[in-house]
Amino acid sequence: MSEDKGMFGVSGTGDTSGYGGLVRQQANPGSSQRPYGSYFDDVADELERAYPEFNDAIEKVIVDRGELTLHVKREKLVEVALVLRDKLLFEVCLGVSGVHYPEDQGRELHAVYALLSMTHNRRIRLEVSVPDSDPHIPSVVEVWAGNNWHERETYDMFGIIFDGHPALTRILMPDDWPGHPQRKDYPLGGIPVEYIGATVPAPDERRSYR
Amino acid sequence: MSTFASSRETTEGRIYSVTGGDWDEVAREIGSAKEERVIVNMGPQHPSTHGVLRLMLELEGETITELRCGIGYLHTGIEKNTEFRTWTQGVTFVTRMDYLSPLFNETAYCLAVEKLLNITDQVPERASVIRVLMMELNRISSHMVALGTGALELGAMAPMFFAFREREKVLDIFEMVSGLRMNMAYVRPGGVAQDLPSDTVPKIRELVKELRKNFKDNEKLLVGNTIWMKRTKDVGYLDLAGCITLGVTGPVLRATGMPWDLRKTQPYCGYEDYKFDVVTADTCDVYGRFLIRMQELEQSLRIIEQACDKLEKLEGAPVMVADKKIAWPAQLALGGDGLGNSLEHIRQIMGTSMEALIHHFKIVTEGFRVPAGQVYVPIESPRGELGAHLVSDGGTRPYRVHFRTPSFSNLQATSAMCEGSLIADIVGAVASIDPVMGDVDR
Repeated sequence: MSEDKGMFGVSGTGDTSGYGGLVRQQANPGSSQRPYGSYFDDVADELERAYPEFNDAIEKVIVDRGELTLHVKREKLVEVALVLRDKLLFEVCLGVSGVHYPEDQGRELHAVYALLSMTHNRRIRLEVSVPDSDPHIPSVVEVWAGNNWHERETYDMFGIIFDGHPALTRILMPDDWPGHPQRKDYPLGGIPVEYIGATVPAPDERRSYR
Repeated sequence: MSTFASSRETTEGRIYSVTGGDWDEVAREIGSAKEERVIVNMGPQHPSTHGVLRLMLELEGETITELRCGIGYLHTGIEKNTEFRTWTQGVTFVTRMDYLSPLFNETAYCLAVEKLLNITDQVPERASVIRVLMMELNRISSHMVALGTGALELGAMAPMFFAFREREKVLDIFEMVSGLRMNMAYVRPGGVAQDLPSDTVPKIRELVKELRKNFKDNEKLLVGNTIWMKRTKDVGYLDLAGCITLGVTGPVLRATGMPWDLRKTQPYCGYEDYKFDVVTADTCDVYGRFLIRMQELEQSLRIIEQACDKLEKLEGAPVMVADKKIAWPAQLALGGDGLGNSLEHIRQIMGTSMEALIHHFKIVTEGFRVPAGQVYVPIESPRGELGAHLVSDGGTRPYRVHFRTPSFSNLQATSAMCEGSLIADIVGAVASIDPVMGDVDR
C-alpha cells in the first residue's frame, strides 16, 4: 500500500549512510477467510440471509485486530445500511470518517462508518471507497439521521459528496474556504519558529523519520 | 427613539444588533414592526453557549419554529496536526479537544494506539488502574462544570460556586500527579507518563470523604427546588427513538431509561472488575439528565475507592509496558523545576552507555512504528461515546486520526429538543447536552 524509500523518507539530501536504496513496503491487512471468529461469522451469515445480493454488494470482508470491516460498493450502500439497521439491528451509526489514500489508484477516498447494535452489543465497520475523480457516495442520513453532521464534516474535510444529503455544506471550515484540509495533498501550513541564531521550520517541513 | 447599538435595513429585512442590557428597547421596536417572523442570531459569543456556539433561531413570538447550530469557531485542526507528529506526541494534541475531560481523550487515543500495536494485554495492571482512577476523578470535575454552569445559565448562582469549589480540589490532585491541572498528556501509549507520587492514595481517600459530604450542598440546593424544577422539568424533551437515530449517547441517552454505559456493556481498562451502578432516569428531559449527573458523582467516588484499594496492592508495580521500544519517555522524574528526565537517566545516557543514548535519541525524535491497519476504540466519556478511529500506514506517525466526539453528535439533537418550545428553554436544553466546543470542533 504505502512505500518508504531511504533511511528517513527524505530524498535529495546527500545521504551517505548506504541506506539510501532501502525500500520498505507496508500493506494494509487483506481479505479474511472464514471462519472470522467471535460474532463476526454470525453477522456475515445473518447479512447473507437477509440480503441475497451479499456477494455482489460486499467487495471484501476484513477481520483485523478484533474488528470486522465490510467493504461495500457505493451503489449498494443504502440497501445494505437498511438491512443492517432493520434486520441485524445495528440501530446506531456513530458517524462517518474519511481517509485519503492518494496512492490507491481509483479508490483514493474512503468513507468509514462505525455501526453499533445496542440490542446484540456488537460493532462492525462499513467502508466505501471512491475515486478522487468521482467522489460521490449516497447519503445514509435517511437511514441514520445522526449522520447528518458527520457527512457534512467528511465533505468539508475530504470533498466526498454525499448524494441525497439534505444540506451538504461545510461545517467546520468557513463557507468560502478553498480546498479540503484533511486530504493528504493539502499542506498543514504553519510558520517557522525563530530563535536567536536558529530557526525551526514549520511542522510539515521538518524532517520526517518515516 | 432607540438606544440600542444599531439597526439597519438590508435586502433581507431590518437587522438589529443587540449587545445585552437593551432588550426592552429592541423588543418594543420589533413589536411595532409588521413582520411576525423574527430570526435571532444567538452567539457565537454568549455566556451560555459553552464556548463559541452560534444558534440561529427562527421565532414566532417566543416560540422557536426552527433552530440551527453554527459550529466550527473553535476548529484548530487537531486531527490534521497529529498526522505530522509521532504517535506519542499525538497525546499532547488530543488532550486539548474536550478540555473539560482531557484524560478521556488521552485514554481513548492510547487504547487505540495500543490496539494497533497489539499490546492491549501487555499494559500493566497498575497503569490501567491509574487510568481508571484519573478518568473517574476527571468525570467528577467535568460533571461539576456541567452542573455548575448549567445552574448558572438558568439563573442559580450558588451551585456554581459549590461546583467549582469541588472541581478545584480534583484539579489539585491532577496537578500533584501530572504537574498540570488540565491538558496534562499524562496517559501515554503503553501506560502512563509516570507513577503516582507516594502520598497520592491517602490524599485521594481524604478527598473522597470530603467530596461525598460536599456534594450534598448542591443536592440540597437543587433537587426538588421548585424554581429549578420549573426550568428543567419537561424541557428539552428527547426520547429513546430520537436518541438512537441521532446517535446520542451519555447522560442524555440514559435519561430516556436506557442503561447504556460502555463501562458496563463493553468494558475497557478493567472496568469489569469494579462495582458500580449505571444511573438512569425515565423523564427524557433536562431534569433527568441533571439527576443522572448528580448520581454519577457518587458512582465515580465508589470506583475511585476501589481503584485506591487496588493501587495499594499494586504498590511498586510498573506503569508502562516492558517493551523499551515503545515506552517513551525513557525515564521521567519530578524535579524541583517540574517534569523532566531523571538525573540518573541523563547521567547514564550521557556518561556510560552510548547505546542508551542512541536509543533515547531515536525514540524521542523518530518514535516507534505501528503496523498498518485501522481501529475504532470507544470509551464512555462524561458526555457519551468518545470513539477514536486511528489509521496507520506502518509509519512513525498516524496516517489518520479521527475522533467521534460525543459533543459533536449530541449537539445535533439541539434542534430536536428545542423546536416548538420557548426561547428561554434553549439555554437549559443546551446545558443539559453539556457540549464542549473544543470537543465539537476539534
